[in-house]
Amino acid sequence: MSSASVTPSAVPRRRLRKPRARHRDLRRFLLQRLGTGVVLLIGITLVAFVVTHLVPGDPAAANLGQRAIGDPAAVAAFRHQYGLDRPVPVQYVVYLKNLLRGNLGISEQSHRPVLDDLAEYIPATIELALFAIVLSMIVGVGLGVVAAVYSNRWPDQVIRVVSLAGVSMPIFWVALVAFYLLFFKLGWLPGGGRLDPAQNPPTHLTGMFTVDAAVHGQWALLWSALRHLVLPGLVLAIYTVGVLTRFTRASMLEIMGNDYVRAARLKGLPERVVILRHVLRPALVSIITVAGVAFGSLLSGTVLVENIFSWPGVGQYAYHSAINLDLQAIMGVSLFVALVYIVVNLGVDLLYGVIDPRIRLS
Amino acid sequence: MTVSARAPLDPLGTVDAVARRRRLRPVTPVPWRRPLALTGLAVLGAWVVVAIFAPLIAPQNPLAQKFTILAGPSAAHWFGTDELGRDVFSRVLFGARITLPLAVILIVAAMIIGAVLGGIAGFFGGWVDNVIMRLTDLVFAFPGIILALAIAAALGPQLRNAVIAVVFVSWPSYARLVRSLVLSARSAQYVVASRLLGSSGLRVLFVDIRPNAAGPVLVLAALDIGNAVLLLSGLSFLGLGAQPPTAEWGAMVAEGAQNFNDWWVGLFPGLAILTVVLAFNFIGDSLRDLLDPRTARAVRV
Repeated sequence: MSSASVTPSAVPRRRLRKPRARHRDLRRFLLQRLGTGVVLLIGITLVAFVVTHLVPGDPAAANLGQRAIGDPAAVAAFRHQYGLDRPVPVQYVVYLKNLLRGNLGISEQSHRPVLDDLAEYIPATIELALFAIVLSMIVGVGLGVVAAVYSNRWPDQVIRVVSLAGVSMPIFWVALVAFYLLFFKLGWLPGGGRLDPAQNPPTHLTGMFTVDAAVHGQWALLWSALRHLVLPGLVLAIYTVGVLTRFTRASMLEIMGNDYVRAARLKGLPERVVILRHVLRPALVSIITVAGVAFGSLLSGTVLVENIFSWPGVGQYAYHSAINLDLQAIMGVSLFVALVYIVVNLGVDLLYGVIDPRIRLS
Repeated sequence: MTVSARAPLDPLGTVDAVARRRRLRPVTPVPWRRPLALTGLAVLGAWVVVAIFAPLIAPQNPLAQKFTILAGPSAAHWFGTDELGRDVFSRVLFGARITLPLAVILIVAAMIIGAVLGGIAGFFGGWVDNVIMRLTDLVFAFPGIILALAIAAALGPQLRNAVIAVVFVSWPSYARLVRSLVLSARSAQYVVASRLLGSSGLRVLFVDIRPNAAGPVLVLAALDIGNAVLLLSGLSFLGLGAQPPTAEWGAMVAEGAQNFNDWWVGLFPGLAILTVVLAFNFIGDSLRDLLDPRTARAVRV
């Protein structure tokens, strides 16, 4: 967000530039972003490492059984196996070295490489989060536009209360209420998991069941996967719908005050065209930024929602690793989350250029 | 006041009747013109009263167990009873004594830490600024609950540790805001004047800049306090905050999740969280409209 800025004076200059120069700009921008991304990733490992290693919790106590914990030899063996008997800085250097080789360590819970665990859970979470963010973009921006068009009249007031309610709901409670009503009482939607128990996952391609099923033409599976997505996706989207509605309204109202909007109206353009093309499109630049931030809060929401709907994703994995002080797994989840943050921010910055050609990458 | 002041200016009564009537109409006090803020204040006020007088209002001891377990709402138990036969209504009332004070403590702690770090970063600049702001970025990049989860789990499942975790993930937004405020104030005339009068850097920061930064910081706090409550109750819901038998709303919703057939166990504590957070957000949102010139302008258009 900070690296891309509107520079009106640069508009004519950029038009004169050759395409080659633009490509060079893009490449330099991407390289720069890659550099800061790597620094951020290392920083994240450091924060996660300090937080998880310098605190009193004892992973041995959390992972060994009742009997083994009383046996000093077993505890020592456990600590040695996971490298916990070495000084913390040494542990960190070892971790970074392994990281460079693509080794995220072994989970103390599943006794599998953390990378394998993550590879299994990440597609489920990405599928859920993408579903929720697309849903909240459509609903949130839609409601925001209506609120802006009817600003300070009753539709605006209603939408304001609704969106404030959206950001005020405890997501775990909404999940339970939705579960109770739509699954338990009415039976309209499946209550948990990604597919019906009798079904096998579609042929593996991306790990996102809806995509895989659609690509391979397994329509029954696609239908089932979609139905399973709806309930957790809806619950997850409630907060972001509220955020995006409020923000869309505010940025639309700010742009509506511009002279060029008045000019567009005066030259007789239909109101629909004025709102969608002359107001919404420039507003989208900042809406996309907020949607990027909202995607992060969606990931937070997955921790609670995935637990309630037994969605086998990173959120549940994060919860179980935190509860069991599975240090390697916590580090792995942190890295994944940081990676998503970097990729989403990069995507947002690149989208700016698509939405508003005046914005240059710098 | 306006009427008496203007009347002599118009001795011939040339001002038309409509305008006079408009001037004579009593001025609505500010809160009444903002129904959302008023609702928020009323709801929050009600909860504060409940929190203070919970032992007097609640029909039962929130920890007293009876044999009537999981009884539905009735005249004896308005919100029913939970799996240990405790009165859900009394527990919800007592829950306010935990959530409300903690919400204030949380936000004040996050505000102070963030403001001090942001103030230092903005005022001293250079490498101090760089180090502090990179640290802020790092914490910012973490989705709150995952970092809070790790901290709360590592420190051990306790309400106190959950509070520490929430403070740890909440301070960065204050640091960013205060830094930007200090940066813009640093070159302001009144700060230059104070420096010329021989004030030390710290004096300028705390005596001259602090009062001017207080408004926006308070608005941010009002908007943020609801999120802090949600995060804290979320941690409790996951079993990392308040431990049984404490009557804490998030933990009570978790008990409801165990017995979701008996909907009253989880429904009412969740509604309590919702109303408190909604009240905070109503107030915060109205405050922002009032104080933030950017949004205020957008609203007026």
